Amino acid sequence: MNFTRRKVIGAAGAAAVTAALPGRAFAQGSGPVKIGMSMPQTGSLGAGGQAALLALRMWVEDVNQKGGLLGRKVDFIVYDDQTNPANTPGIYTKLLDVDKVDLLIAPYGTVPTAPIMPLVKQRDLLLMGNFSFQVNHKVQHDKWFNNSPWNDASSWSDGFFKAGQKAGAKSVAILAADQEFAQNLANGARELAKKSGIQSVYDQNYPPSTTDFSSLIRAIRAAKPEMVFVMSYPNDSVAIVRAVNEIGVGSQVQIFGGGMVGLQFTPNMVNLGSQLNGILNYNSYVPGMKYPGVEDFLSRYAKRAAEAKVDPLGFYLPPFNYAIGQILEQASAATKTLDQKKLAAWLHANEVKTIVGPIRWDKNGEWASPRVVQAQFRGVADNNLDQWRKPGKQVVVHPEEYRTGEVATPFEKARSAK
Amino acid sequence: MIFSLDLLTEALIFGVLLGSFYAAVSIGLSVSFGLLDVPHVAHPAVMILGSYLTYVLTTYGLDPLVAGVVLMPLFFVIGVLIYRFYYESFERRGTEAAVRGLAFFFGLAFIIEIGLILVFGVDQRSVQARYIGSSLALGDYRIPYRMLVAFGVALVLTFSLTLYLSKTFTGRAIKAVAQDEPALRLMGANPVRIKQWAFGIATGVSALAGAMLIVVGPVEPAMDRVYIGRTFCVVVLAGLGSMTGTLAAGLILGIAESIVLMFSGASWAPAVAFGLLLVVLGIRPQGLFGR
Repeated sequence: MNFTRRKVIGAAGAAAVTAALPGRAFAQGSGPVKIGMSMPQTGSLGAGGQAALLALRMWVEDVNQKGGLLGRKVDFIVYDDQTNPANTPGIYTKLLDVDKVDLLIAPYGTVPTAPIMPLVKQRDLLLMGNFSFQVNHKVQHDKWFNNSPWNDASSWSDGFFKAGQKAGAKSVAILAADQEFAQNLANGARELAKKSGIQSVYDQNYPPSTTDFSSLIRAIRAAKPEMVFVMSYPNDSVAIVRAVNEIGVGSQVQIFGGGMVGLQFTPNMVNLGSQLNGILNYNSYVPGMKYPGVEDFLSRYAKRAAEAKVDPLGFYLPPFNYAIGQILEQASAATKTLDQKKLAAWLHANEVKTIVGPIRWDKNGEWASPRVVQAQFRGVADNNLDQWRKPGKQVVVHPEEYRTGEVATPFEKARSAK
Repeated sequence: MIFSLDLLTEALIFGVLLGSFYAAVSIGLSVSFGLLDVPHVAHPAVMILGSYLTYVLTTYGLDPLVAGVVLMPLFFVIGVLIYRFYYESFERRGTEAAVRGLAFFFGLAFIIEIGLILVFGVDQRSVQARYIGSSLALGDYRIPYRMLVAFGVALVLTFSLTLYLSKTFTGRAIKAVAQDEPALRLMGANPVRIKQWAFGIATGVSALAGAMLIVVGPVEPAMDRVYIGRTFCVVVLAGLGSMTGTLAAGLILGIAESIVLMFSGASWAPAVAFGLLLVVLGIRPQGLFGR
């Protein structure tokens, strides 16, 4: 054979390009279907992540008992990203190139998910979102399907602002963590306030390493707002609630809360107890909301959670994570393939039935009919886990179809309301 | 920005309380790193371990601060054992001890962190006491009792350690080993035993600081990472080995941070600590109270 330099370079170049091509034959192999993800199992989102992971493992067990996906057993591969966004691109590259997974699920939360969006877009992969907020807003990836009850910023903060306006509030203080999620939400809240004619009297971002919030709460009190909209991460949320109870935010404040992550985690709810009273905060599910299958799931989850020493009630994330599995199950059963393009096309065109209700996505891959719950803590007692199992301790004031009561105002008075 | 004399007064009060808290979490490191030159980056992790053991003892009905005091002897022994291992494995073997020791203490911090996750899970843990969740009302001012506790712990630790180091024979020997180890050896004392004792004290103090930490706010296993930079900053700013300097440096940081948090962009607060450190080291490389 006659090898010229040009031929050799050409062949080497072709080989390199072929190796680097993003396209994957996800199609019909034999052997198990590999589903991969990273999950924050330590760090600030670790408590939520471990509960979510248990729900996904329950789905894997359930689907394998039924014969798997497309008749193939499901293998679930998961790594701890430590709530560190620097870790997720490496983990997802490993999932794709070393573990050769067939389907991807995003980690819980906005901060760990945002860095993997360019990777999945570049490789044109289907990615199931997991309680992220607006990570696809700029990337515009057409195979992103977020499973969280919100859509844009107004879908989240609208209920809170409406409740405040109903109570006659005309000014707002905004306190937000210097993190992707909180900043996205804060930007939306600022726009909404402006549009609604609500004056912003205090607007502050705080760094994630803040240890004590006394000074910030005192500054908010001095600004005399009538609404306080807080967007915080779990550790900060607990510290903020404590500081509010100790220092107070002023008698003119009608409502307080809105976007505090962590007040949905059972250990925090039990530890804070009566200090939560009066706070109006977002949620994904509270007892009393009826979705087919959710109560059965939660009772099975509670037994497993006690063994695994994770969030004992699991209202916030676990049902939605189990639903992610259901979504993949329905899409693959309907298309009879694991082809990413066909799965994405089916998900864009169809509604899926899950234990968190029916879900349909808009063109950005967010819920087409968002249903962020704004619920007010009322009559909460200290050190009592069982009180949370029944409806009543979190009164739903938004959205209308799940409403169980009116918001109690002003905030100081609401803290003693039943 | 809203400015008033009342707000400034409150910023100063919160600053003093926050600063005392910083001093209390740094004072053990002031002994181990400041006096003994041991690169103890696991200091915050040991403190978090103290917080978790305090949490365990409070489930038996003990007050968190009493629990911290009860844990001090146990932590003293742990400190002695850690130093002995560090000495035999690194310090005795030569000049690269500091670099290899740094890796050892990072490893120790990770082991403590993972151990806590395996035993307690990743959930936050907090304690309850009468002085948590309520505040002292002085006119319009509201001062959280938990921060007053931090203030008290910082004062007690600073003045006890200062008295111990200046008035007792062992205390003076600890200062001597920091200044001139060969001279101490020539006088017939065993520097290793002295350092072992001092490291035990530093670790014992961390137990009480850990108890104070869980009084001030909930803890989680990875929380030590938040405190590594800040505690080293306080110790270096103070001037290595000065106990009263540690309290003063903590207060300076606390007040500066509180004023920034209240009147300026809160995002600048972390920069305050390291900005101050850079300025002080530029003007006075030995730290504010170093000789």
